[in-house]
Amino acid sequence: MAGTKTVRITYREAIRQAIREALQRDPRVFLMGEDVGRYGGCFAVSKGLLDEFGPERIRDTPLSESAFVGAGIGAALGGMRPIVEIMTVNFSLLALDQIMNNAATILHMSGGQFNIPLVIRTTTGAGRQVAAQHSHSLEGWYAHIPGLKILTPATLEDGRGMLWTALQDPDPVLIFEHGGLYNVEGELASDAGAVEIEKAMVRKSGTDVSLITYGGTLGKTLRAAEELAGMGVSAEVLDLRTLRPLDAEAIVDSVTRTHRAVIIDEGWRSGSISAEISARIMENAFYELDSPVARICAAEVPMPYAKHLEDAALPQVATIVETAREMVGERG
Amino acid sequence: MPLLGADMEAGTIVQWLKKPGDAVKRGDIIAVIDTEKATIEVELFETGTLQSIIVPEGEKVPVGTVLALIRTDGEVAPPAEARPQVAVAPARVAPAPTIPVRPKQPPPVTPAVPGRLRVSPLAVRVAIELGVDLSTVRGTGQGAAITAADVQRAAKVAIPEKPPSVPVEVPEVKGRRAPTMSPAERHAAMRKAIAAAMARSKREIPHYYLGTWINLSRAMAWLEAENLKRPVTERLLYSVMLLKAVALASREIPDLNGFWIDGAFRLSEAVHVGVAISLRQGGLIAPAIHDLDKKGLDEIMGNLRDLVKRVRAGVLRSSEIMDATITVTSLGDQGVETVFGIIYPPQVALVGFGKISEHPWAANGMIGTKPVMNATLAADHRASDGHRGALFLAAIDRHLQEPEKL
Repeated sequence: MAGTKTVRITYREAIRQAIREALQRDPRVFLMGEDVGRYGGCFAVSKGLLDEFGPERIRDTPLSESAFVGAGIGAALGGMRPIVEIMTVNFSLLALDQIMNNAATILHMSGGQFNIPLVIRTTTGAGRQVAAQHSHSLEGWYAHIPGLKILTPATLEDGRGMLWTALQDPDPVLIFEHGGLYNVEGELASDAGAVEIEKAMVRKSGTDVSLITYGGTLGKTLRAAEELAGMGVSAEVLDLRTLRPLDAEAIVDSVTRTHRAVIIDEGWRSGSISAEISARIMENAFYELDSPVARICAAEVPMPYAKHLEDAALPQVATIVETAREMVGERG
Repeated sequence: MPLLGADMEAGTIVQWLKKPGDAVKRGDIIAVIDTEKATIEVELFETGTLQSIIVPEGEKVPVGTVLALIRTDGEVAPPAEARPQVAVAPARVAPAPTIPVRPKQPPPVTPAVPGRLRVSPLAVRVAIELGVDLSTVRGTGQGAAITAADVQRAAKVAIPEKPPSVPVEVPEVKGRRAPTMSPAERHAAMRKAIAAAMARSKREIPHYYLGTWINLSRAMAWLEAENLKRPVTERLLYSVMLLKAVALASREIPDLNGFWIDGAFRLSEAVHVGVAISLRQGGLIAPAIHDLDKKGLDEIMGNLRDLVKRVRAGVLRSSEIMDATITVTSLGDQGVETVFGIIYPPQVALVGFGKISEHPWAANGMIGTKPVMNATLAADHRASDGHRGALFLAAIDRHLQEPEKL
């Protein structure tokens, strides 16, 4: 957007702006979760919001995910627009019953009478040496559940813009913020606002291979695409943005252009969202393929604590480059 | 080329399963033939040695064409030049075959190297578009797979006047070559075959129809008790009882069991019951369960299960296709009460069964609800009369009242 004024901002601040804007624009919106108030959020996303909006709208909760997600569902049923923060995705498992058996099903179980306009924000992903109980990437699991929308903002624009659109949705939306992104800094248009949440986006166009990813691995994938360009391989980078509903059309379009696909996903390989993407390609673009679909996923181990082992367990730029390079093969 | 259906005029050899010099015996499966209805395994009726194959794989020939020569035991191998000429159309096929034999297609290109070619789906598409013979292409993809770029490179160096070929290997299914027709072609061909047989039936056969309601309380109660004793995999379907009852009735009233050929009824001693099996993609086939009257319910159940599996996989034996002496069609699963059947020539009768449903049923001055089914008979009035047909339906009813004896 040439000519638009930009500001230098972190992903963390972009999300804070989004929350602030939502609180200002809609009196029904409130934020609740563990340590979101006085402490300012485990990842400092909500720092300062308690002073600005007061304890009615920035609510600290007990350490009981099931209870406060349930309260969020109740509030949504009662006409509010709650933003529930679950500190990390692994803690969300304590609230899985509320999310899956209630939030995702009540519209159906009530014969279409009761929507649950609930937004849950949580942190996902590894790479910060927080070991096997705080490094999960379970957004692919949640993308399995009908009745939910699963957003994975990977850019400043999406961090800033997805929340408001999610709040306008009459049904439950889960936003997965990769923990490695909070400190990422960049330029954001000063008038940045809501973005649509239905479409995947091509972050870099290319003709030889589609690198399909989302969330925390988008940055690595873009760096890999740059390295590949230096080798004469034109890689397209597709940011899925939303895992449910999956934008299969964009995936098929991209693979139809490049005839090759590498999926990069920080989740474990077996039964993962990468498996789903690969299956969609097989179902819809089989005759476009010039090579088997490849996947670069996390090693199927509990995430190691040691830095070098954690690095080895995660998708890395070098692996992406090597896989794509080998797939494209001899250039005609 | 055996006649494998009343209206079959020609067939294609899909695969020879024996080669010249092989010892063969009665009952062996010697070849796989593609008719318009299905892929059929051809069984042998001779024991001896396969001397030579006359019709090669891939060729379509009229019914009656000699496909291969078998030297029976004791016969001396004739000198090569004394081989009999290819005989065509024996007396059995009245009109001379009119289907022209298609000019031989260029045989599918096989790779120069042994084993399957590794070709990407896109490369296959590009090869077809550009008419490139994949066996000549050097693969540079992963595992030396041929990619679209490899095909395009090969197209640039290919001789321009080369006729476009479709160099895709014929996919193999469990060691058997796949049939030569596409599903759509097969479907159209089957529709045509059914149309011809049914039109002939309605044109030539003076059908008469009889129907009766049969109380199945005893049969169903017996079946339920019997199945309770069995593991799930060995349970019986009620249709097995119906088939057996038809077979027993056919033995008692033989006027309905056999063929109308050349203006006369030929009674069949054996009872081979044809079972109409619908195909998922549309169309139907009614292969026979042989000597059904002599088989126990378990054996019939096994036969039926096997038959349905093979019909849907398109692999039938020649004897099953041609031998049925009477056909049964059950449409009860589709919610139909009454079947008004059309006889499959040259058979002379078709038994139809509708659904089993609860009906008010009066017996001995009392009214109750009973599981009841409508059984119908479509029979050829040239071969039998209504009186015999009525006895036949009554016999089916009687046998179903004594399920333990089936």
